[in-house]
Amino acid sequence: MALSGLDIYRLLPKTNCRECGFATCLVFAMQLAKKAVSIDKCPSLSKESRAALEASAQPPIKLVTLGIGEAKFEAGNESVMFRHEEKFHRPCGIGFIIEDSLSNVLIKDKIIKINKLKFERIGQKLEVNLVAIKQKESAKRFTEVVKLVADNTSLALVLMSDDLTGLKQALDITANRKPLIYHATKENLPQIAELAKDYNAALVATGEDLDAVSGLTVELNNLGISELILETGDKPIAEKIWDLTQMRRLALKKNNRSLGYPSLVVINQADPFEEAQEAASYIAKYAGIVLIKGVEPFEILPLVTLRQNIYSDPQKPLQIEPKLYPIGQVNDKSPVLVTTNFSLTYYTVLGEVEASKIPSYIVSVDTEGMSVLTAWAAEKFTPHKITESINKLGVKDAVKHKRLIIPGYVAVISGELEDESGFEIIVGPKEAAGIPSFLKNLPINT
Amino acid sequence: MAVQLMQEMWQGEISTVTIGAVKEEGGSRAYSIKIGGEQSLPCLFKEGAIPNKPEIAFEIWDIAPNDWPSELSKEYGHALNDPFLWAEKCVKEYKARSLCVRLQGAHPDSGDKGPGEEAAFIRQLLDKVNVPLIILGTGDDTKDNLLLPACSEAAKGERCLIGSAVQDNYKTIAVSLLADGHNIIAESPIDINIAKQLNILISDMGLPLERIVINPTIGALGYGLEYAYSIMERARLAALSGDKTVASPFVCFVGQEAWRAKEAKVEDSRQGVMWEVLTATALIQAGADLLVMRHPLAIEKVNKYIDKLCS
Repeated sequence: MALSGLDIYRLLPKTNCRECGFATCLVFAMQLAKKAVSIDKCPSLSKESRAALEASAQPPIKLVTLGIGEAKFEAGNESVMFRHEEKFHRPCGIGFIIEDSLSNVLIKDKIIKINKLKFERIGQKLEVNLVAIKQKESAKRFTEVVKLVADNTSLALVLMSDDLTGLKQALDITANRKPLIYHATKENLPQIAELAKDYNAALVATGEDLDAVSGLTVELNNLGISELILETGDKPIAEKIWDLTQMRRLALKKNNRSLGYPSLVVINQADPFEEAQEAASYIAKYAGIVLIKGVEPFEILPLVTLRQNIYSDPQKPLQIEPKLYPIGQVNDKSPVLVTTNFSLTYYTVLGEVEASKIPSYIVSVDTEGMSVLTAWAAEKFTPHKITESINKLGVKDAVKHKRLIIPGYVAVISGELEDESGFEIIVGPKEAAGIPSFLKNLPINT
Repeated sequence: MAVQLMQEMWQGEISTVTIGAVKEEGGSRAYSIKIGGEQSLPCLFKEGAIPNKPEIAFEIWDIAPNDWPSELSKEYGHALNDPFLWAEKCVKEYKARSLCVRLQGAHPDSGDKGPGEEAAFIRQLLDKVNVPLIILGTGDDTKDNLLLPACSEAAKGERCLIGSAVQDNYKTIAVSLLADGHNIIAESPIDINIAKQLNILISDMGLPLERIVINPTIGALGYGLEYAYSIMERARLAALSGDKTVASPFVCFVGQEAWRAKEAKVEDSRQGVMWEVLTATALIQAGADLLVMRHPLAIEKVNKYIDKLCS
């Protein structure tokens, strides 16, 4: 938790020696609180004060990085309990468990499917993040499968095994990929800590409850390991959400360092719907990583879409560039539809125009990312603004006709817009869903 | 090392709304359902009572829907053409705990059936099935002001949930529902202040807060879900902190929104079901109390999820 200027002042020597370049210790403290200077500027800081100040400068939930290159994945650094308070920062990682007991053919098939799980929605790429290999067979077989997976995907890797030999061999071939080791328990702690240290890999710490997890992280910290991800045992959804909520709360509100790490949940459900429901619950409620088994797009597209929704910035509506967008094989007779540059609005309209199979232009007016009615109420979608946009975006050069289709919700502006723009205004449907039938019934008379 | 947990202590409580009246209460339902009553955030059972599980109502129409994708409509087959058959299928085959009937056929653009005809239909429906009933108008203010009072009277004493009342059109509806012993759906456009204002306006008319259910207006997964999600979280936090004017249960029209998404209308029909399932799941995590849904498999999965959450 960040300290206030006065909290910091109490930790300073209060000698006003000016060595730091500021007139008084209080001024220096205020600058420290704003993170404008470094505590190193103070020459006579006590050891205890330094430790306290350094601890307060750390984020309450540690940032942990896995994987390398384009598949690099980060969890942690979260700052709020509810997305409306600021935003959720680092989208929950979605990973897939592959057991080494599967045949190589099936494993390869699964990886091909996982690698294809790339989607695009409202202008954002939605991707999955991790592949976890779980040892059920010998150390040799585990290592073989780890190699097979590593060779066929660039995604971040999780090595899941209770067999230290297997883990060591797998780490030998994947340490340069920054894998995640699963997992430290109270039974294997010293040995697995040594592995994590030797290979400089992040480690999952698993205890049945918060007490156990907290105990593990303290011990691991003492052994010099701080790249940690936390897991509480297998339990019903509501109890898991309780654990995840407590971890986030205690880290953020009580500055509990032993729980100040991202969390991981392994989901064990054969039914894809039940698996997705559990995953969705934990994505909404604070998990840093969820590991599942299902790799089919009908399950994963909805999940990554949910993650996109939950992790979108509530203060900043997603916007697209205000532009004249040609959809399909347009010509100078194609209809022109006017909408806003709020991406949800634009992409909804786009989807329906595409579905109509009638080549059309969409003009997205710069409404600063507001939807149609909000923009109209805020005077960002007025006859004047719309006229300005169609002039600037070259509508008159693109089409020979002089007709504009406006959203049904702003039918009230049609008269004024007609006068101002010189275009004939056609009032379109209120809901985008009405666009296909509307366009199909549009009389073309050029 | 024992971790000192951080428990929230809430002052407020969501009001409990009862839908459906049994014989002893002057109705003819086999049972009633209760929604709301939470003294804690979703799933956080250790911080306060969560006495009622979220409920799911099957959505049915008085006419055959023309905009339901085939992935959805094929589940009901020819029953879609006969609302009584449809209702019975939901109750008998799918074990629906409650039904939500949308009087789409009264909409000026899709049949414009008269209030008398629809009122008679509602009475007949109540005679055919004995589960608690939710009744939705057309969304056309002028029409609803004629339609809903007639239906309210026809269902007098059955303690239905009827809507929607909106900021510009709540008086006529509220007066009828008050007289006939029903609950009201107060709909606000993803706006916590309007939700609050409308609750105050309706309760000023004499309909107590305990008979109001908020429709916060949701978007489907990928279509603005997060706006409703956060509005619901904010309203719930305010209510639990003691603001009685937003302490109403939420009804979410999940099926209606989810099946409009283009991702729901794809060849792999499981994706549409998943779209409806995850929209419902996320909203339950935000505090939804009553979900109006469409696909029987989606409803089965969400019911199972609710049982797991509350076991």
